[in-house]
Amino acid sequence: MSFPLLTATAALPAVGAIATAAVPAAQRTAAKWLALLFSLATLALAATVAVRFDPGGDRYQLTESHAWIKDFGVRYELGVDGIGVALVALTALLIPFIILAGWHDADPLETGSKRWRPTQGFFALILAVEAMVILSFEATDVFLFYIFFEAMLIPMYFLIGGFGDRAHEHGEQAAATQRSYAAVKFLLYNLVGGLIMLAAVIGLYVVAGNFSLAEIAQARANGTLDMATNTERWLFLGFFFAFAVKAPLWPLHTWLPNAMQESTAPVAVLITAVVDKVGTFAMLRFCLQLFPEASKWATPVILVLAVISIIYGALLAVGQRDIKRLVAYASISHFGFIILGIFAMTSQGQSGATLYMVNHGISTAALMLVAGFLISRRGSRLIADYGGVQKVAPVLAGTFLIGGLATLSLPGLAPFVSEFLVLVGAFARYPAIGIIATFGIVLAALYTLVLYQRTMTGPVKPEVSAMPDLRVRELVVVAPLVVLLIFLGVYPKPVTDIVNPAVKQTLSDVHKKDPRPEVEAAK
Amino acid sequence: MSTAAVHSLWTTAADPISKIDAPKIEYGQLSPTLIVVGAAIIGVLVEAFVPRKARYYAQMFVSVVALAAAFAAVVALAADGYGTTKARIAAMGAIAVDGPALFLQGTILLAALVGLFTFAERRLDPEAHGRPVDSFAAQAASVPGSDSEKAAVRAGFTTTEVFPLLLFAVAGMLVFPAANDLLTLFVALEVFSLPLYLLCALARRKRLMSQEAAVKYFLLGAFASAFTLFGIALLYGYAGSVSYATIAHVVDGTVADVDPALADTMGNDALLLIGTAMLVMGLLFKVGAVPFHMWTPDVYQGAPTPVTGFMAAATKVAAFGALLRVLYVILPGLRWDWRPVMWGVAIVTMLGGAIVAITQTDIKRLLAYSSIAHAGFILAGVIATTPDGVSSVLFYLAAYSFVTIGAFAVVTLVRDAGGEATHLSKWAGLGRRSPLVAAVFAVFLLAFAGIPLTSGFAGKFAVFKAAAEGGAAPLVVVGVISSAIAAFFYIRVIVLMFFSEPRPEGPTVAVPSPLTMTAIGVGVAVTLVLGVAPQYFLDLAGQAGVFVR
Repeated sequence: MSFPLLTATAALPAVGAIATAAVPAAQRTAAKWLALLFSLATLALAATVAVRFDPGGDRYQLTESHAWIKDFGVRYELGVDGIGVALVALTALLIPFIILAGWHDADPLETGSKRWRPTQGFFALILAVEAMVILSFEATDVFLFYIFFEAMLIPMYFLIGGFGDRAHEHGEQAAATQRSYAAVKFLLYNLVGGLIMLAAVIGLYVVAGNFSLAEIAQARANGTLDMATNTERWLFLGFFFAFAVKAPLWPLHTWLPNAMQESTAPVAVLITAVVDKVGTFAMLRFCLQLFPEASKWATPVILVLAVISIIYGALLAVGQRDIKRLVAYASISHFGFIILGIFAMTSQGQSGATLYMVNHGISTAALMLVAGFLISRRGSRLIADYGGVQKVAPVLAGTFLIGGLATLSLPGLAPFVSEFLVLVGAFARYPAIGIIATFGIVLAALYTLVLYQRTMTGPVKPEVSAMPDLRVRELVVVAPLVVLLIFLGVYPKPVTDIVNPAVKQTLSDVHKKDPRPEVEAAK
Repeated sequence: MSTAAVHSLWTTAADPISKIDAPKIEYGQLSPTLIVVGAAIIGVLVEAFVPRKARYYAQMFVSVVALAAAFAAVVALAADGYGTTKARIAAMGAIAVDGPALFLQGTILLAALVGLFTFAERRLDPEAHGRPVDSFAAQAASVPGSDSEKAAVRAGFTTTEVFPLLLFAVAGMLVFPAANDLLTLFVALEVFSLPLYLLCALARRKRLMSQEAAVKYFLLGAFASAFTLFGIALLYGYAGSVSYATIAHVVDGTVADVDPALADTMGNDALLLIGTAMLVMGLLFKVGAVPFHMWTPDVYQGAPTPVTGFMAAATKVAAFGALLRVLYVILPGLRWDWRPVMWGVAIVTMLGGAIVAITQTDIKRLLAYSSIAHAGFILAGVIATTPDGVSSVLFYLAAYSFVTIGAFAVVTLVRDAGGEATHLSKWAGLGRRSPLVAAVFAVFLLAFAGIPLTSGFAGKFAVFKAAAEGGAAPLVVVGVISSAIAAFFYIRVIVLMFFSEPRPEGPTVAVPSPLTMTAIGVGVAVTLVLGVAPQYFLDLAGQAGVFVR
């Protein structure tokens, strides 16, 4: 038996979580280094996965399969396709930065404060989330995926509710109340989504008799598994609902701004750049593969919802006074683009959507982490409290600008490629939708540039006049992300090469071919 | 006088006697119950003859040995094949020895053993007058607040009678799911109910509330028993027999020989339907299903917490076992009549339990309503009427009972000056004062909520899967919705424990003896093992899924 590489990528952070939690309370710094070490080792393993993966080979590679719960028809089955590889790599890449950026986020507060923040717990929970997210990207058994899809809510919930910003404009008590409100809202939304999916998972078992993605997809393809149209639609809706809450799609998005606003910046990045990707990923992998006909049936409605997400998220981002809420609404807008790309059912659209998941992860991480550094300096999340920062902290302002430009998809930065692909894919089949979605880009320029202008330019406010520039640790976090944004913006081929074959296969599952170019059709 | 005449005298005298066969009792197959009953009687003798100082240890010894021995007997019977191939009806048709019976008996015995440890805990309260005290009243007969009570406390009395009472209740519970005729069922019902009524009244603290709980439980329980008995009488009138098998045959219409004395009533469907309704009503009362659930919150709250934990776990196991046997053995032919009713009961039980639980402010009442909601989930599995349905219910019961005992054991630890601090507001910030206890309780709550990787999820998945396969998809949807509602209040407790500021005058967590630690440890271990690797136990429940007829 070969080395179970995929299990190892998930097991390593899990072991790291336990080890970090077990470090004695006094050895705070040791726990941090341990967590960082484990996350870097996971990154190395994920890189190995990416190298060992052969884009031209089988659909699912590095597969593992073991019996698990026979009575439920559940097997422990792992395997990655190109999309999975890209997202596993993204997750493993971002976690070390998240840990580094949150280095002091869980330090005990100065004496006199009653807030309680177990440092070890913070880093252990981050690693636990990483383990579960990676497993859900790798699971090719629906039940196995479901288990980690649900279970990751618990550590996430404690991260949101247990660790907030250092300061809050209305005092500590108000902050605690709002934090726990945000955490509960996050959990309830996702739990309800998950439970509805549970009903659909059970329904799938009743119809199919097992949970193996490959087996079900094959049985569907060669006609041995016949699903009644209505059954398929109900099951699709059950799955899609859970993923749309997670992703999040309008109108199920309202938990995200609360959760991102109340959590620390690294945790906010963890939510939007890592955990939420499970939702969009699962749409590609499970909704389209298991229920191709129902996916096509639901496409018009989903596209409309996606476009509403794009425009609505962008409009609300323009109106925000709170930096973190602004990034949250911008993310909702971006998730709209990703879902649009997936359900445009063209190869450009879906390649773009996958690429978008990766790029959005990196660009949001860059923007949000720098915003976190900014907020921790001033102790306020309100845009109005800043002004003229670029004069006192030019490096901070510069990286913030790059993160912002990436968010508005400036050509030359990575998100441009993916957004362009998504729009091309959407135009090819649904021109009207594509046109409306394009307005999202215009609004994105508005909210990022206005944000930059209000916080960084203008006269230096007295409160920010003594603001220090980025420290070494913070530079170590930001610089690689900026480099990646530029690199992937100029040369996205490494990612697209891995992703494209998987997208082709997914499209063939739904029996969709790319529409021919108009000119050719006219001949 | 000839010898022949003497002989004939002998034979005439002996003749009628030889016609009445001595009942043939398979002592070996009934040994689990017999061991427990025997130990309970020894326990009574211990109360009478052993000096007061030594009673606690003597009773502990007898009870632990008896429960362990009875469990060993169950395992031996199961290993011998009585659960599957050699399943049979013993004791002249009164008791079934088959897979479900043995599985449930094993579960009840283990739950009782763990529950016993919480009964025997004597380190939580500060010592009174130099003697350790447990959760039970010093002298049950003394009026609360009276001089005689004070005298009893000063003398350091303890109510060691709880051990034989527990054993008697266990004995009744062992027979209840195995009963194969209606009279045995009723006797078993009374045998386990009466000790429980008494146990409920024995709390050391808040004695009036405890006695009130006992009176409520007794009155409503007596009502329910009366219903059951009336139902049994009607069914006898319908079938001319109290044996499950015979009634089933009459329901199916395969019995022709009408008892002349009952010629007018036999086969009368009105008797069958009303009788069934009343019998099932009595069982649903014990299960705590809506609308027969009214006693649950009051009794759970008032009873001494170790008793609550034991009762919540073991009674539910026994009662669901009996309900399964009644529905699957007597009434499969009546399936189309009882299924719609049970659908309704399951739906209102799931939703009712979950919704009312949201408004609760007392942790014990909260867990009571949660147990009602869980009864609804289990009913969804009962309704499946497939072998999968039976085994999923068995698995759920096993998983649920250990979570319940563990959760109530944690409740006994959180105390302030007035004893257990059960009001939810007092639990605020518990996670900060004692992270370990709060984390353990959070694990139990997550299991109740059915979060993956806990036993609660595996159980819930099993019953919902069985229900969906049995054609009850709408029940699954309702179950999922009420799970979501239920998740809200479990999460609320977690929020309270971890994210709220502790109160300055808040409760402290008592350091328990190894007894309660064992109970909680077993609860956590079972919760995680059944959540991560349930296959072995699903197999076990799967093999035990067939009733002998």
